[in-house]
Amino acid sequence: MTRNVILAGVGGQGLLSIAAVLGAAARAEGLQLKQAEVHGMAQRGGVVQSHVRYGDETIHSDLIREGTANLILSLEPMEALRYLPFLAPTGTVITSRAPLRNIPDYPNIPDLLDEIGALPSHRMLDAEALAKEAGTIRCANMVILGAGAPFLAISEDALIAGIEEVFAAKGLSVVETNVRGFRLGLKASLQNGSA
Amino acid sequence: MPIQLLLGDEALARGAIDAGLSAAYAYPGTPSTEITEYAINSPESRRGDIHCRWTTNEKTALEAALGMSYAGKRAMASMKHVGLNVAADPFVNAAIAGAHGGLIINVADDPSMHSSQNEQDSRLYTELALMPCVEPADQQEAYRAPAYAFDLSERNRIPVMIRLTTRLAHSRATVLVEGSRAQNETSSPPDPRRYILLPAIARISYEDLVRRQPGFRRESEESPFNAFSDGPDASVGIIACGIAHNYVQEVFAGTCPHPVLKIGQYPIPESLVRRLLDRVSRIVVFEDGYPFVEGKLRGFLAPRPPEVLGRLSGDVPRTGELTPRIVADTLGLAALSVRSPSSSPAPRPPALCPGCPHADTCRALTAALSTCRPGGRHVFSDIGCYTLGALPPYEAIDTCIEMGASITMARGASDAGLRPALALIGDSTFTHSGMTGLLDCVNDGTNITVVIVDNGTVAMTGGQTSAAENRLAAICAGLGVETEHIRIIEPLPGKHEANVAVLEREIAYEGVSVVIAQRECIQTARRKAPTREPDGGSE
Repeated sequence: MTRNVILAGVGGQGLLSIAAVLGAAARAEGLQLKQAEVHGMAQRGGVVQSHVRYGDETIHSDLIREGTANLILSLEPMEALRYLPFLAPTGTVITSRAPLRNIPDYPNIPDLLDEIGALPSHRMLDAEALAKEAGTIRCANMVILGAGAPFLAISEDALIAGIEEVFAAKGLSVVETNVRGFRLGLKASLQNGSA
Repeated sequence: MPIQLLLGDEALARGAIDAGLSAAYAYPGTPSTEITEYAINSPESRRGDIHCRWTTNEKTALEAALGMSYAGKRAMASMKHVGLNVAADPFVNAAIAGAHGGLIINVADDPSMHSSQNEQDSRLYTELALMPCVEPADQQEAYRAPAYAFDLSERNRIPVMIRLTTRLAHSRATVLVEGSRAQNETSSPPDPRRYILLPAIARISYEDLVRRQPGFRRESEESPFNAFSDGPDASVGIIACGIAHNYVQEVFAGTCPHPVLKIGQYPIPESLVRRLLDRVSRIVVFEDGYPFVEGKLRGFLAPRPPEVLGRLSGDVPRTGELTPRIVADTLGLAALSVRSPSSSPAPRPPALCPGCPHADTCRALTAALSTCRPGGRHVFSDIGCYTLGALPPYEAIDTCIEMGASITMARGASDAGLRPALALIGDSTFTHSGMTGLLDCVNDGTNITVVIVDNGTVAMTGGQTSAAENRLAAICAGLGVETEHIRIIEPLPGKHEANVAVLEREIAYEGVSVVIAQRECIQTARRKAPTREPDGGSE
């Protein structure tokens, strides 16, 4: 089984850290992995996306084929909708509700949330509030990863070990904050399960 | 650690180091930057065992690597596809002079122009230079390519290009790392006269290079990077180059029923193409970039050529990168159920960071030019973060062509009588390709104002060392700009009025003037500052 996950967000939101944690966790579980990133121009407050693919069989393509993503994990509601053609019919969209409005023509937010809410499988979280509860708004990325954990087919322990590995260089308190954010996101996602 | 999680770029660098690399030279450029980032940060480089450096431009990088190779050592130069235009002169001529120590030139193409101004295909350069090219299909091949290419280079006394495309360069996968080889000893080339490309010698070397082409082709035909695999369904045969092979495997879930020729080394392995032709009368070609292989298969004169489907026939889009969906659709595979795109998302283009010094310079420049009649403002600009000054809310620049074109285009426009003629160029772009153009202006007494936005780093590609390093004023003075017309301003909101006044005065001056807008990139400044709060991660 191959898992196809699209990570969506805006430059500076920490999307590639999610990719790094997923990569470390998949590797620790002995899975094959490919993870394509966008660098360069996109870093300056523009669109950032990553295709993450892993599983126990050979992963051929670095890119996900349209119609086959199991999960879209988004740090921002408008970005969550940018990749809908990639979503499998049974796929899930998980996103932060908080918009990042760095463009003049940002769409009407209730309309965006309604559109996401109409998808068959979705979770919308107040990731920023949960991140603040964990210690800093900057760990909203790990909150979203936590919310996605039930859909990743990777153990919670491996994901937490991945967070520890990726943030180790920044010190114990950064690691702990990010793990707290992850757990809060996971808890919210499980409570939000009827959606 | 035998298994590592590496970007295609990083796998290539690791592979080169493990293959006895002695030196890596490069000018940063997306998507090639991480090759040299990795090499510079490697333990081998930190220990001083290998020499890894950013250079002033791609040409100086390739020439330095050629010098390393002359001295018997294994060396590489890395660049993005348009960087090879800058290095084209040494590239073509190094093939004639040849290699002594293994010499690889890593070029990362950017189909779909994710971060580039064109999608030129570097394989065409290898044809121009009559040079072999290796195109890895995945990260493991990217790791193995340097060892193979160094051997190929030394065996055939020829530099070898390793071609990557964005999706491999910037995709991570697990890579099996396979031990390391010692570096070459320093040695003189056995026939040093072939490095003197005087016509009499160059003619002989060029004849020799032409004569060796069949040998290069045989290398391709026996290469582990090329493979023919037969399949029961001969209704169509597939040629897949580089990462396109992954997409073919993907859409058939690893068991393609058709005969497939995977191409990962050029010149094109003719005998393998013939094997495919023996099996099928219809071929579809998947290749990222230009229809390079497809064009060769078609030819002009073949009376009854096999049916060749690809970018030229319109069966594959002529421009843009390949995707699994394009491959599946071209092969007529059953379409998956795909949702329509949402109409909600608005474009979110990249923008200058809040607090960016370039933003203040753009505002000051626009204010200084506010008295120009409509259509009378001409700010020739260049490649870098400040190119984003073309977008709202700044709309402060009018051109961006290639590295260094700002000063030279402004000079030509000034010669034609367009006034005021302004150039806006970054510190690193100035040292890359702007200095020579400024010297032209000085020698010709051109009426021009050059604004150098000096943020002290190569910001667009992530903050590599800038070759200018606080010496811009001295460099401009050395080139002959009058010192009273080399002005340094600090682009800050609080200094806006004073900066506008300086710009107005220098624009009014009829001659060469340079205004250096000097303030550190806020991204590099932030990285140097002590962390104040736990970091949720950065890009």
